[in-house]
Amino acid sequence: MSDLSAQSWTGYLRPDGRKGIRNLVLVIYTVECAQHVAHAIGANEEDVHVIGFPGCYDNAYAIRLMLALARHPNVGAVLSVGLGCEYTQPEKLAEVARQSGRPAEWFFIQQSGGTKSSVAKGKEIVSKLREEIRKSTPRVSMTLADLTVGCECGGSDGTSGLAGNPTVGAFFDLLVDAGGRAVFEETVEMIGLREHMLSRSANATARQQLADAYDKAERYCRSVRQWSVSPGNFAGGLTTIEEKSLGAFAKGGTRPIQGVIRVAEPPRGPGLWILDSVPDDHFMQFGYTNPNDTEGIMDLISAGSQIVLFVTGRGSVIGSPIAPLIKVTGNSATFRAMEEDMDFDAGRVLAGDLTLARAGRELAEMVIRVAAGEPSKPERLGHREYFIMYKHQNTPSLTEGCRA
Amino acid sequence: MIPRCFQIQASDNVATLIDDAVAGAVQISGAGRGDVVALEAISRGHKVALADIAPNEAVVKFGVRIGHATQFIKRGAWVHLHNLASDLDERSGTLDIHSGAPTDTASAYV
Repeated sequence: MSDLSAQSWTGYLRPDGRKGIRNLVLVIYTVECAQHVAHAIGANEEDVHVIGFPGCYDNAYAIRLMLALARHPNVGAVLSVGLGCEYTQPEKLAEVARQSGRPAEWFFIQQSGGTKSSVAKGKEIVSKLREEIRKSTPRVSMTLADLTVGCECGGSDGTSGLAGNPTVGAFFDLLVDAGGRAVFEETVEMIGLREHMLSRSANATARQQLADAYDKAERYCRSVRQWSVSPGNFAGGLTTIEEKSLGAFAKGGTRPIQGVIRVAEPPRGPGLWILDSVPDDHFMQFGYTNPNDTEGIMDLISAGSQIVLFVTGRGSVIGSPIAPLIKVTGNSATFRAMEEDMDFDAGRVLAGDLTLARAGRELAEMVIRVAAGEPSKPERLGHREYFIMYKHQNTPSLTEGCRA
Repeated sequence: MIPRCFQIQASDNVATLIDDAVAGAVQISGAGRGDVVALEAISRGHKVALADIAPNEAVVKFGVRIGHATQFIKRGAWVHLHNLASDLDERSGTLDIHSGAPTDTASAYV
């Protein structure tokens, strides 16, 4: 059996030293009014992905998130497009992207003559940017030690906690042992597991961060009187949030947890990390935390994940921009029914056809193939769902205002 | 073929169905051995009781308490929203037992 940590492929070296597995031009719109034009610019363009923020009033959290995506290792160049009267500034987004060494352009639709001329202008810019990064981005050898991999689960059923998430856990152990970074989130799906989770802390600092994140998640659920379980979860056989949490936490494998990161922050070192996407509890009484799977996936990508794993027992047809999504199901019936969308059948573990360790290794090999350029199924199908919302993290106290 | 269920930890008093089961014998795999006789049809992904569980007694899966019994649960019974409640989430007790659909927001659908 060849050593996974020695397997290498060729990636893209960014000016900040980070390594990407794709070489993309990212189009960012700064208000819903510019959404149609931004998507029309990206339509039928190879290696051009689109994200954006719908609000007219700006939001520090959303700006940090978009800037983390603009400077993502898989992104080589940026075009930001605004309508012209919104608060969020496309010029500043382009400027920060440029400071990171990435070529970046911006324009306002109101100054470019309407829909058709803005789309034509945007297409000309992205084609120039794409040519530039294809020509000038240095290629670099990569191994698992250069990867940050995120994991989200959604559409969970009774198999997710038995096979889907444990398979990711087995892969995360291999990734961490190879020197890589593994990130999982959904602290609202760690409810009921406080002591179990704290016992996994790498050190006292991590333990305190985990305790704070757990307590905030529980306060959040109590305050909105909604726990992170859906009708489909119940129909699939899950009965309580505690039961779902145990299954969800299995994706974290067995290695020590190094600490907690917030949205738009990369892990502070190698190893296993938990991403806290729950809003601050002193501002607007939380707002919303994980409104859907796509929102969580975007948070994981903002942490620099070059690839995201998505575990679904009942089946799902989402994908993601910027970082390829790999779909894992612990339910072999779902795999067969939705094979056009599902990448990995972890249900073989339940059938006794495969050990968990072997499943983790097979998943690692798939991650390496996707990192080396093989498109995942959602990527091949053209799925690039994204969701960027108003949220408040790292805000100062209420009396100081909300612009931090 | 006899339907199977999966017991994660030896201390669990429930197991998860890997196949759809009708009333009758179900083979236990994972941490457990032997059979449990299902008292009713239980769908794949759902839980079967491996022991009699008294009201308010802990329901244990993954070796961890996942909630408490709200009524007496006989060995072989389907364990779900009708007889198991979260220690935290009071809304789940109001959901439709088969579809999981909410019933407490019915008044909004007008």
